[in-house]
Amino acid sequence: MFRLPKLSVHFFLAIYAVIALLPFGIIVLNSFKTRSGIFGDPLSLPDPTTLSIAGYQTLFASTDFLLYIGNSTLITSVSLLFIIGLGAGAAYGLLESKTTLSKWLWLLIIVGIMVPLRLGTVGLLELMKSLDLLNSLIGLICIYTAQGLPLAVFIYTEVFRRFPKELIASARMDGLGSAKTLFFIVMPLTRPTTATIAIFSLVPVWNDLWFPLIIAPDPNVRTVTLGVQQFIGQFTVDWQAVLAALSIAMAPAFAIYALISRNFIRNLSAGSIKG
Amino acid sequence: MFLATNNLHKKILAISLLAYGLSDASIASDAEKQVAYDRPVVLTLESWRSEDAKIWNNEILPVFEALHPGIDVVFSPTKPTEYNAALNARLDGNTAGDLISCRPFDNSLELFHRGHLLDITQIDGMKHFSDVAKSAWSTDDGDATFCIPVASVLHGFFYNKNIFSKLDIDKPSTEAEFFDVLKKLDKASGLTPLAIGTKDQWEAATVGLNLVGPQYWEGENGRLGLINGSKAFTDPQFVEAFSVLERWRPYLSRGYQAQSYSDSQSLFLLERAAIYPGGSWEISGFQSEAEFPIGVFRAPVKSEGESCYISDHTDIGIAINSRTAHRNEAMLFAEWLTTQSFANLLTNKLPGFFALSDHPVTVDNPLAQEFLGLRTDCMSTIRLASQILSRGQPSLGNALWTLSAEVLNGTKSPLEAALDSQNIIEGKRK
Amino acid sequence: MNIHESAEVTREEFKKNTQHKRLKSLTNIGLVAPALSIYLTFSLWPLLNTFRLSLYQTTDSGDRKWVGINQYIELFGNPIWSDQFFNALTNNLQFFGIHVVVQNSIALFLAVLLALVSSRASTFYRGIFFIPTLISVVVVGFVWQLILSPIWGITPNLFDSLGLDHLFAPWLGLESSALITVGLISVWQNVGLPLLLFYSALIAIPQELIEASRLDGLSEWACFWRIKIPLILPTIGVVNILTFIGNFTLSFDLIYAIQGGLAGPSFSTDVMSTLLFRTFFGFQTQLGDHGMGATIATCTFLLILFVVGMYLLLIQRRLRIH
Repeated sequence: MFRLPKLSVHFFLAIYAVIALLPFGIIVLNSFKTRSGIFGDPLSLPDPTTLSIAGYQTLFASTDFLLYIGNSTLITSVSLLFIIGLGAGAAYGLLESKTTLSKWLWLLIIVGIMVPLRLGTVGLLELMKSLDLLNSLIGLICIYTAQGLPLAVFIYTEVFRRFPKELIASARMDGLGSAKTLFFIVMPLTRPTTATIAIFSLVPVWNDLWFPLIIAPDPNVRTVTLGVQQFIGQFTVDWQAVLAALSIAMAPAFAIYALISRNFIRNLSAGSIKG
Repeated sequence: MFLATNNLHKKILAISLLAYGLSDASIASDAEKQVAYDRPVVLTLESWRSEDAKIWNNEILPVFEALHPGIDVVFSPTKPTEYNAALNARLDGNTAGDLISCRPFDNSLELFHRGHLLDITQIDGMKHFSDVAKSAWSTDDGDATFCIPVASVLHGFFYNKNIFSKLDIDKPSTEAEFFDVLKKLDKASGLTPLAIGTKDQWEAATVGLNLVGPQYWEGENGRLGLINGSKAFTDPQFVEAFSVLERWRPYLSRGYQAQSYSDSQSLFLLERAAIYPGGSWEISGFQSEAEFPIGVFRAPVKSEGESCYISDHTDIGIAINSRTAHRNEAMLFAEWLTTQSFANLLTNKLPGFFALSDHPVTVDNPLAQEFLGLRTDCMSTIRLASQILSRGQPSLGNALWTLSAEVLNGTKSPLEAALDSQNIIEGKRK
Repeated sequence: MNIHESAEVTREEFKKNTQHKRLKSLTNIGLVAPALSIYLTFSLWPLLNTFRLSLYQTTDSGDRKWVGINQYIELFGNPIWSDQFFNALTNNLQFFGIHVVVQNSIALFLAVLLALVSSRASTFYRGIFFIPTLISVVVVGFVWQLILSPIWGITPNLFDSLGLDHLFAPWLGLESSALITVGLISVWQNVGLPLLLFYSALIAIPQELIEASRLDGLSEWACFWRIKIPLILPTIGVVNILTFIGNFTLSFDLIYAIQGGLAGPSFSTDVMSTLLFRTFFGFQTQLGDHGMGATIATCTFLLILFVVGMYLLLIQRRLRIH
């Protein structure tokens, strides 16, 4: 059945896997070396003369770093929750509504995909100030939710539109209202879509530097990305600490992805669930 | 019974809240309130000097805090390339710190015009600063000053003493000697004469053009001439500055176009390069990382006997955010910045940064002393485009970054670069 | 049942229906309202405010002065601005070209391969391929600068050992290659998402269709081109549109991290988002200009609106028919 021998398929996949991971590996590898080890021979493994965990020590001496990881994780997970929950709700509600108004509202939200929220930063700043949401995790969560909603609504409307009408009809006959139908029937059956949206939205939130820098720079609410920047000083660089920080910074994001992947994408066996 | 208890609880709660509210709304001064509640006032000091954070927080600020128990100051840096933009946004949104590190000249002048910075002309300690020191942080007419001048930095060539002595090289004094040294270093295998790249662009202008240039445009003569229009960038002395920069090209590392600032630092520290064009801000970092003795020599003069010029850049000031909630405390801090004690502290804890006040200070660090020696020998001048010339669009300061990098890259000739610069200056004059 | 009673029943049903409809409307409103309110408050309003700002100029004292469309005229009329603008636009389009050609081809290729292996292997690889996307821009910037750096020897040594020493160059520092290099780094980082979309689309193709085509005698290759590709064309289209939008808005982070605020060398890596940032907020000695920045932002928005609108009208419609 397969023209390409399985071996060559795996070969190509493996090559790209190396390409994807090698830079990551170089970082982690060098995070355990001294500065001269880092620059003397970047590709070599740490040996007794170059092995050093000074970077990690510097990193954790400022215990704030764990706080930053916590902040980032909190902001990202809650924003994802809102984006998915509110996004699915809005998509479903607008589809069900079928009025002209809802069509225009849908368009209004979709337009948001094209416009980077960053364009409105000054306006956002004034808004956050008046709502007293500056230097708050909630403020950032609101911004990221607003940022992620358009794409979520867009994808959900496409998916819900193709959802088997029989299932919805039978739910209605069972007396379920729209909300219950959405959350108990439709959502569980469209897990792959939710996973995709979660993955799409996870990245720009986790890696964002801009809004934490401007809206929430306070050390208490600082995110990992911003915290890592701390180490990249004006003219001198504590390479060891930077590399250690970078290595640590990647971990939670991957954990969240793995979590989502395992729960949802596993359901994607060939053709069984067509969302 | 239950209700009665509830009511009582409610009453107690209400009274407590009222008491709390009243006490907070009282006209007691901040300081008294703090004492009453045992909470120190926390002032935040914004800065772009991320790597100095530890020293400020652990060694400099505690001195002030000991003098003023009840006031805590926190040094809160932002990455330097983002500092200006982020600070502006924070000021607009009123999330900025109580104390603000000021970039010299127009960046801070604009903040003042927008009402973000307090006028501090009247602070008693201001009498300890020269007009030159204050010029970076005063209005054009000099009437109002809005930042306390804190530190200046000096430019020079760092060199690896071991390499020099091994190859029997002396510190060059003239242009000809300088290039002879470079040639000699070039011949040594595995060694790069000059540690500078063009990827980050600013070095080409700041410790390239502004390091050697002043010898050719005669420091303040040239700079002020450009400002008042009596001199043009296309005049021979300015073109020559670009030409000398261009002559550095063969002595740079292979692939220097992709060499970043930290690459250059590491190149020098790992002894793969012998000379590092830089500024006194490097001193702490270099001394803690280098495993060889470092010296510094000034930019070479064109010919023997000419007076030398040194870029003496008023680099850091500190201002008070006009919308701070703790004006009194901030004022106390500002005054402390004008004292001898602070001057001593700064100059010695942050070697390479020289206090701008006129208090006599003893400098412990040998490299810092060498720099100060250069300042005594040579005439000080400010970086070329810092004052006035960078106003408007496009900014000459930024343009010089690009142009200097292009000259070092060989993608623009010195004359072309000078022409472009002059066009920018004239474009503003219209 | 007599007429009156049946009428009564109908009226009851009618009332219930109306109540039902009302309840449904309320539920719908309840479902939509939260998202809408957050979106309006934190996204739409600040953005509209920005577009409004493009009609004002900020004076030295920080006040705003109404200037109408002057700033648009300035943007396109004054070479100081228009040169930058069109440079950024051209660069951005090239950047997009690199992504469409390289990123989406690789993503498609990998997706096809993934569809051929077991589900467990596929999940395993997918996780790996997604890691670069999860890595922060700061990391990516630093890592690739290090790898490509001529000073630290990873790439030069590699080329040297392959006998290709003469081909090596400081790509990030040369005007001719900087944009392509940054583009490829961006591709490296962003392959994950298109890959996911293509993969989902591929495995959603019903097995029956593939088997039917096999029975009709089509080879694997022909099946791919004549059945699979056409079926996933809508997905390819969506990916391209999303790539376009991303390249014009999110590209800032990576370029800023690797090449700095001046998007060197000589502005060869300057794209719309970096130009916007530099204009809006300033950079080093150049002061921020909110009015002009807002103008550039508005122009970017209109451009994206135009392109996406064209796509939706022309291509998507044709795809639906197809």
